[in-house]
Amino acid sequence: MRTLNACLLFSAMLALALSPVLHAQQSAAADKPSGAAKVAHPAPAPRRDISGIWGPEDVMEGIAPRGVQSHAPFTEFGANLANKVYKPGDGPRKAPITEVNDPLDSCDPAGFPRDLLFELRPFQAVQTPGRMLMAYQYQQIWRTIWTDGRALPKDPDPRWYGYSVGKWEDDYTFVVQTVGTDERTWLDNAGDPHSADMRVEERYHRVDHDTMELTVKIDDPKTYTAPWLARDKIRLKLMPQDTDILEMICAPSEAEEYKKTMVNPLAK
Amino acid sequence: METKPLRVLSTAVLFAAVCAPLAAHHGFAAYDESKQLVMKATVTEWLWANPHCFLRFDAADDKGQVVHWAAEVSNPIDMTRRGWTKRTLNPGDHVTVTIRPAKNGAPIGQLLKVELPSGQSLVGWNPGTR
Repeated sequence: MRTLNACLLFSAMLALALSPVLHAQQSAAADKPSGAAKVAHPAPAPRRDISGIWGPEDVMEGIAPRGVQSHAPFTEFGANLANKVYKPGDGPRKAPITEVNDPLDSCDPAGFPRDLLFELRPFQAVQTPGRMLMAYQYQQIWRTIWTDGRALPKDPDPRWYGYSVGKWEDDYTFVVQTVGTDERTWLDNAGDPHSADMRVEERYHRVDHDTMELTVKIDDPKTYTAPWLARDKIRLKLMPQDTDILEMICAPSEAEEYKKTMVNPLAK
Repeated sequence: METKPLRVLSTAVLFAAVCAPLAAHHGFAAYDESKQLVMKATVTEWLWANPHCFLRFDAADDKGQVVHWAAEVSNPIDMTRRGWTKRTLNPGDHVTVTIRPAKNGAPIGQLLKVELPSGQSLVGWNPGTR
């Protein structure tokens, strides 16, 4: 009995000692990458599995308010869109706020691949037979990546989020090809354009159980003189399984109220 | 109205160092980064919405005239991370606000900080705290 009491006392003390740590971990579970990075030796990556909730290790790198870090030179078509048509709110060609014509301001879809190049926040990869689903916090949208072996369509009609097929290049690298995007969308927050002929490659390389690298390659010869990397191994951390992917929706009525209150007065 | 502007602070100091261009798709060059206004304010509306939450409030100018202001922060998710909720501010609350005003003199701005009636101080617009 004495041994039992001592054991219970020790357990209670241990629980009290650990409770701040547990509480801190639970608080962090809301929408931040897991504390798994603190583990000295993360478990090895599972084979052919990227399912789970992932978030950029560096939140601001995921949001990328200024747009991509660099890109290949524009073609004449690309330069015309970038310099004369698109008026971004940020980046090297930032326009006065009254001239900004970013499609997101009226709640148009971010589209693909802008959903990976701007406001990349937590998203969930769901592997199911024949397809991979990607569910994103920003704009609360999802896209389908076909994994049933089908080919890309040869002359696809445009879609906001394109048409995607994916396959495992090796046990830890999932590669996605996308065509058929909608050229009304921008690539990023800096008003970098693309054409409907763009082909995008995403590479999801799972480094270990808790870490993944995402690389996004843009191949759009109508708009850029060479293929280029819009994301180069951005690090994603596996988030707790019970992470609540929060709602982040552009509602036209809210956007209009914001414009009326916060933007229009600046034009006076 | 008993509220008055307290002071105008020239800065180009701390916030200029911390505030990178802001994580949204809007331009923000219209705000004057060299100024901060600290005002006693009465909340008229607190909008918890995308793309950015914003606060409507009344404050008296230096002649005692009530001015209707609006000042924005970030989106609800970022504000949640900073400890704000939809119930943080309510119409009629008397608070002290710190804002970065518009360059053109319109009564709008970026809401940098709010001191609540309880004495609690909350960071508003500041991407460094994401």
